[in-house]
Order: sequence, then C-alpha cells, then structure tokens
Amino acid sequence: MPTVYVTYTPKNNGKPPENLISAQAGKETLQLVPVEIGSDKLNCIQAAQRAGVFIPHYCWHPALTVVASCRMCLVEVGERKPDGSIAMTGKLVPGCQTPVKDGTVVVTNSQKVVHEQAQTLESLLLNHPLDCPVCDKAGECLLQDYTYEFGRATSRMIDLKNTPANKPDLGPNIALFTDRCIMCSRCVRFTREIAGTAELQIINRGNHSEIDIFPGEPLDNKLATNVVDLCPVGALCSKDFLYKHRVWNLKTQNSVCPDCSTGCSIHLDGNKNIVYRLRPRENPQAQGYFMCDEGRLGYHYINSKERFLRPLRRQDGKLTPFSYDEAIRTVRQMLKDAVAKDAFGVVVVLSPFLTCEEAFLLAKYAKSLSKAVQLALGPVPIVGEDDTYPKDRRGRPIQPVKFTIRAEKCPNRQGVERILRHYQGQLIAFDEVVRQAEAGKLQLLYLAASYPPRGDGWLTAEQAATLGKVGQVILHDLYPSRASEIAHVVIPGGAFAEKDGTFVNHAGLAQAIHWAITPTGECRTEGQVVLDLMQRPGLLHAATLRKELASEVKAFAALASGDLGEYGILLDSTK
Amino acid sequence: MAEFEPVLLRRILKNASPSLEAYRADGGYRALDKALAMSPADVTKAVVDSKLRGRGGAGFPCGVKWTFLPKDHPGPIYLCVNADESEPCTFNNRILMHQDPHQVLEGMIIASYAIRAQVAYLYIRYEYGDATRAMQQAIDEAYAAGLLGKNILGKQGFDLDVYIHRGAGAYICGEETGLIESLEGKRAWPRIKPPFPAVEGAFRKPTIVNNIETLACVTHILDRGPEWFKSMGTPADPANPRDAGSYGPKLYCISGHVNKPCCVELPLGVTARELIDKHGGGVWKGRKAKAIVPGGISMGFLTADEIDTKLDFGSLGPFTKNGCLGLGTAAVTVIDEETSMVDVLYNICRFFEHESCGQCTPCREGTGWMLKIVDRIRKGLGRAEDLNILEEVGHQIGIMPGTTICGLADGAGWPVKQAIRKFRAEFESYIKSGKKTHTLQLVAAH
Repeated sequence: MPTVYVTYTPKNNGKPPENLISAQAGKETLQLVPVEIGSDKLNCIQAAQRAGVFIPHYCWHPALTVVASCRMCLVEVGERKPDGSIAMTGKLVPGCQTPVKDGTVVVTNSQKVVHEQAQTLESLLLNHPLDCPVCDKAGECLLQDYTYEFGRATSRMIDLKNTPANKPDLGPNIALFTDRCIMCSRCVRFTREIAGTAELQIINRGNHSEIDIFPGEPLDNKLATNVVDLCPVGALCSKDFLYKHRVWNLKTQNSVCPDCSTGCSIHLDGNKNIVYRLRPRENPQAQGYFMCDEGRLGYHYINSKERFLRPLRRQDGKLTPFSYDEAIRTVRQMLKDAVAKDAFGVVVVLSPFLTCEEAFLLAKYAKSLSKAVQLALGPVPIVGEDDTYPKDRRGRPIQPVKFTIRAEKCPNRQGVERILRHYQGQLIAFDEVVRQAEAGKLQLLYLAASYPPRGDGWLTAEQAATLGKVGQVILHDLYPSRASEIAHVVIPGGAFAEKDGTFVNHAGLAQAIHWAITPTGECRTEGQVVLDLMQRPGLLHAATLRKELASEVKAFAALASGDLGEYGILLDSTK
Repeated sequence: MAEFEPVLLRRILKNASPSLEAYRADGGYRALDKALAMSPADVTKAVVDSKLRGRGGAGFPCGVKWTFLPKDHPGPIYLCVNADESEPCTFNNRILMHQDPHQVLEGMIIASYAIRAQVAYLYIRYEYGDATRAMQQAIDEAYAAGLLGKNILGKQGFDLDVYIHRGAGAYICGEETGLIESLEGKRAWPRIKPPFPAVEGAFRKPTIVNNIETLACVTHILDRGPEWFKSMGTPADPANPRDAGSYGPKLYCISGHVNKPCCVELPLGVTARELIDKHGGGVWKGRKAKAIVPGGISMGFLTADEIDTKLDFGSLGPFTKNGCLGLGTAAVTVIDEETSMVDVLYNICRFFEHESCGQCTPCREGTGWMLKIVDRIRKGLGRAEDLNILEEVGHQIGIMPGTTICGLADGAGWPVKQAIRKFRAEFESYIKSGKKTHTLQLVAAH
C-alpha cells in the first residue's frame, strides 16, 4: 500500500497519533505520521491533510489550476528508503505543486520551513493595510489566521505602504479593496476556468500588480460572487453583505440552497433571527465548491416585513387575524367535515418547496382522513433552460461542464414526488387540480404552498380565478399573493432557513437542511402545523421523522439511520 | 591569446554586408550543408561533444538540453530563439542580429534540423527595431533562396518556417517559460517546472529555447567541428565534478566607467582586468575601479581586489570564492571609485522592483521592500539594521532557496546581498554620515 509520511507537530492539547514513527534524516530525528494514499493522485497539502497535518496555503484551491505563486505552502520533501532511512532533497518546494508517491516524506515543521512561512507572511503584510477593524473578512481571514499561527508578531518594515485605489464597482455585486489583495489570483482563475467569462485580470507588474476588470466589462456573471468566498483576504467583498455584520457574531448552520434543483450545499449564516448571507459549502456529491448568485442573493424574502405573521380567516370578504390554536382547530374541523361530505372533493396540494418530512406528514395525515383524499404536486417553477458553466467569451457553454444552474427553480420536487407516488400510486399534476376545480368537482382545497416570491407569483391569474370557485381554500404561504386572495384560511408558512428536514435534488441526493432562525410571530413551519393538526405532541424532530419516513416509504429506505451526514445520501433513482 | 581570431564577430569587424550573397561569399551556409549531410542525432551529438554551454545566462549545456526532447514525438516540436536581451548592459545579441543576421539564422536552421522542429519563433525584444528589420530581411532572403520553407536545400522532409515575435519590453520575457507564455499571447508569468519546456513548452508541445549567441556558436561548431570549439576556453576542472568546463568564444560586453565601451569576442576565461585595461581602454578619467559587475547586474559584484577573476562559467558561481551568481551574459560593467554604492544599489533595486513579474510573493514583495529600504537609506533615513534586512531578503528570494518559480528573484536578490557583504563599510558610513541624496526622476526606465 503506497504510504506517505508527514511530520507530526505536537499540539498543546492533542495526543500524538498511535501510529507515529521515528525516523532518522541525517542528524535530525523526525516524528512521522504514516498515511496510506492508495492510488489517489495527491499533492503534499492533500496528503498532509489526510494525516491530520495542516499546511497553510493561499493560491492553491482544489477546483482551480495550480500556480504555486503564493509560496505559503513551502515544505521540505524527502524519500523514505526501504531500509527506513530518509534522504531529504534539502530544498524548499511548494506543497501544492509537489506530488507525493510511495515513500515521500513531507516535512512541515523544520526550522527552514517555519522560517520561510513567517517570511512569506511578513512579505504579504508589507503592503497590506491591516485595516482589520473595518474589514468584512476579519474573523474568517486566512491572513489573520496564518499570521497568528505561523507569522511574526511584528513587521520589520517602517516604510510607507503602497496604496492603490479601491475599486468599489468591480461588478454589480462585488467591491474590490485593492490594497488588501495578496495576489493569490484565485479570483482570476475562477473567472477563467469555472465561469469561463474571464472578466478578471491582473494589471501592472511586481508589487504594483492589481486585480482589475477590462474597461467597461464589469464582473457580472451568474457565478461572480464566488470570488468573494475564494478570496482568502478581505479584498473582494460582496456588496450584499458589506458592513452588515461582524462574522464572529454569525451562527452558521449547514443547509441546502432552495433556489434550484441542483441543491447546492450551503452555509447559512444568521444571527438574532436574521439571515445575513449564504455561502457555498463544499460537497463533491452535490455541486462541488461553488453556488450561483441567484441562490446566494435570493434569501432576502426570509427577512421581509411583508410576510404573514399570524393565521388569517376570511370574514366579510376580508382576511382578519385569529389565534394559532383556533386556526388549527378550525382547519382540522373543516377537513373532517369536507371528508365526511365528499372525500373525493378534497385535494391536498404539496409544493416542491416542502421538506420530505413535511410532505410525508401531510400526505400521511390526509390519507388518514380518507383514502379518497387526492394528493397533488404543486406547480413546479421552470425558468428557461439549464444554464451550464464554463462559458466562452460569447456566452456559449463549453465542455466539460463544471457548474449547472438548473431551470427547475425548486429544491425538492424529487422528494415530494417520491412521497406522492408512494401514497397515491400515480402523480396528480397541478393542472389536473385546476381542471377538476373548473369542472366544479372540488369542495376543499388545501394548498401547502410556501413558495418564495419569485417573478409573477406561483399561481397565474387564470388558475387563481378557477380555484376561487372552490368552496373552501386553506393556504400555507409566506406572502400575500393571488392565492391568499382566494383563500378562506391562511396559515403562515416557514421559509427554508427556519426548517429542519430533507431536500432531494435533481440527482436523487437527499441532503439535510437545518434551521438557522426561528419563524417569526405566530408562524410555524408546515411540518409543525401538520403535527398539530394530527395532534401529535411535541416539536418537529427531523431525524426521528426521517427514520419514520424511511421505514414507511420504500423510496427513502436509504435514510434509515436518520443521519444524512455532511454530504447527504443518494437515494435509489426512480427513473 | 593574442593570436585569437574572432569567430562570431569575424564578418562584423570587417564591416561585411549582412546580405545573403555576401554571407555566402564568406563561407556562409557551409555549416548547414554539412549538417544536412548528417543525421539529426549526429548534429545533436556534435553539439553535445562541443560542450557548448548556453550563452543566455544560466550556462546550461546546449546539446544536453536538446537531448531532453521526448524521443519519437509525433510533433510539432518548436524552437524558440530568445532574443529578449534585457539584462542591463548586455548588447551582444543585438550586434549579431543587426550586423550578421544570416549567421544567427544558419544556427537556427541547424538547430531546427537537429531537434526536428518545423517552426521556429524568434522572440525579439521590442526595443530592437533595427535588429528585427535586419532579421526579417535575412529571413525573406532565405525563403527566396530555398533555405527556409519546404524541403530545404533539397533535403526531403526538412521543412522550416521562421516567425519573428516582438516582445513588449519586459525583463521577465527573457526567462524561457515567461517567453513561451508571452509568445502564446499571455502575461509573461514563468511556468512552474516540471514539466520543462523540452517536454511541454510552447502550445503544450516540446520546445527548445536557445539564446541567439548560442545558436551562432552552433553554426561554427558544425562548420569546424567540436574539437576546434573545445580548443578554446577554460577546460573543466577535473577536481570539481560539477564543472562542465567553459569552452568556445564568448562575446563580452564592456560598459560603465571605461574609456571605450565595446563588445569584444574572446575565448572564455579572460580576466576582468584584461577586459577592462586591454579592451575597454581602462577605467575612465584615470580613476580606479571600485566594483565590477561580471555578467549583468543580476550576477553580483566583483571588488577591485577580485579584478583578476577569470570570467567563465567555472570561476564565477555561488560556490566560488567571489560568490557571484554566475557568468550570466558576460556583460561587464565597471563602477569607478567615485561612485556611491548606495546609488548603484538603488538603481539596481529600482530595476528589479520594476521588472519583477509579481507572481511569487517573496519576489513581488521583496523587490519592492528592498527598493524602499535602499531609497530610505539614500535619503539619509537609514538604520544600521536595514543592512541586515536587505541581506536577509536578498538571500531568501529565488529558486536557489526554493522560494520562487523562476530565477529573476535570484538575480534581484544577489546584487543586494553582495553589495551589502562586499561594501558594508561604505553603507554603514553613509548611514552614519546622515548624507542625503535626492532621487532623480529617471524617465528612461519606463
């Protein structure tokens, strides 16, 4: 088995690994952690990572080409001979560019390496303004972190720093603080290799190098804001987040972007019941390392003041608030009465924005009232066609595809469909519901909608007019819309940031979402509302429900443990 | 030595016409005939046997470089000719291209035959307008005479097209992978190696990058044989296995504070004293030399005591007594005793700060920092510890310690390190004296 050896640096509180070995390299004794790499092609940084040793780096990123220019990851390498002795090359090499093979020894803590790391950091800070108190990145800045861990306490430079002018309008969503830049060129490579649009370049030479755009061509593509995450320092800032919040006050939850069926893994950063930003979370099973700007910047509706805060019922043609408990009692009674009268005339519509758990509870509840109750899938928003990247300069997609923004603008059609198929055999599309309403066959419509406000609304004017003929309409939704105009009872819904549950993306990957904020006012998530309707006591616990779902719905059997892990679990495809 | 007859400058010193007709009358393209009668492998072997070392600065054995090409590569293979002669005070390539272009072109054709290249790019720095025009005219003449194009001189299957590419004036384009990037139309950021250009170079194909003077030597090696070439210069030191010897003629450029700045051709191994006194007409104004730059400013300094150092590949180097970086381009610059080393160092730092490509952190930031420190010292605000910082930074940047991608940083750090080590007393007394020198706005550098 090919094995790589990485030096072990004792830490204050850590215990040394058990497989630690001692080896002699010239006069020095090295403490080495052996790590098996199999047939993987790794560089020193990746191999060390597997051994639990961190090699600092700026310019290297697993999704981008290697340029080996920041010189932060310098290490010494050698080879462990079969007799156990070690021959070092005696030269510093960039870890990102140096592949490891069987017997490679990576030295990350020799005097030479430690000195060079400090030296590189001192160099990077020579022209860095150190304006951390007003910098958005402070707290999650790699320049801060590495300087603290590997750098010197003081700089020896007493001369004036270079002060290139800031570029606040690099793009509609991005500002460049030119002086903070450390020239790792990750952003430039991203626009060339992943987006393909190549808006960014480096201008000037030497220590006057700057990131810039071509005149009149702003950094404006659908993936542009990823450069903010890629930027290891505070040079590229998202205007959406700029000066909004200090990052160390943010609480981060793992979640999934609900804006298209790609289902990008994200970090959801919020504080005090306000969502401040979405960031992509690395997930090789879902989207990779990035996310699109539509998803990233599309969260503002969560914090909106327009949202329904209390249950409403129609009295004298106007929606008037009433209490949550009364609302639950009313809705339960309406459903019971309607089912008793004509169960075939009761339709429950599940939107593809519901989590699997919510869809499962609602479907189970509806079918428990009567097998005859119809379950239908809500409108699936489709906008244009799948949008793939990289693109060339003329906007034509090129192969191989590295990122796809999908036309299906909802997170969980796959999951909801699987549940509907289980409970009903065949899938009833929303158009069929409208047709039945037109024919006057329906007496009660239960719309579990909770669509985010996009475009013209989720219901067309014609659909709304037709559905308005149904005697009773119960609606879960976030915002006043055409649907709420025809609803008799409105129960405020929850947004994805308020929910615990499961989304299934286009490829059948089930990923967990977690709540970062709680629903405001008298809002409850749909899942909680259904639990209350079912008179199941307690709060919604996603893992428990997931186990129940896995045991009852065959399509979800893979989730039996209830834990989806960081990257999610692929369900068997139903295709 | 006195009987040495110039080879590379033979026609130039006679003021011979650069035309193809005149070149042929002087025995030109005889070497090409000889080469085409041999197999490409034999041509390569002749160059390997001659122990010709690259004249561009690094002194890598030319023939050995050719053998690094992958065997039986389906092609295309490229030859890039480095005429981005940007080391300060170096002007031998310009003379060769401008006044005897066919000599260079013949070397290019021979090299292309040896490495099986069918396209050769001649990368000329932007400033060499006359040289570019002379080369272009030579190329046009060669096409008309069947020396370029298809089936050259009737040799079936040997095709060669030569293109001139003009640089835009950057020092870094003289670095071989920087040159290739620039040739491909990109920013001249040197590539990480491996892969070396011989394996993957221009347009991701095997590429050989050679200097103009190297290729001019190839012409004469093929004409007169490797043994003739090896009869000149300094033989390899048998006690030092690292020394590959310094054979053949070399164009030395003499400039700075001498009476007669010039370019002379001498066998490798001439001393700095002989160059200055005999060929440069001595130090000007009856002064003495304080420091001598042995091969372009990136190579460091020789002090007046080291004036008897032989200027060849073996006598200059990081492991020799004088500690210079190497022979470099053999452009000797003399600095007289009345010149302040602070000013000299300031000028050098200014050059490298301007020319660092900005890719690797240590070089990008280090060159800027060194300039700021030297500038401050010059303005009378220096501190004693600044010298230590300069020496440390100068020592730490470059491929020799492994902190950068290309050798520009070695060249930027070396003169700083050497100036501080060899002239520390002068810097210290300057700092103590509180003297102030104001920076002249030099327009020419930009």
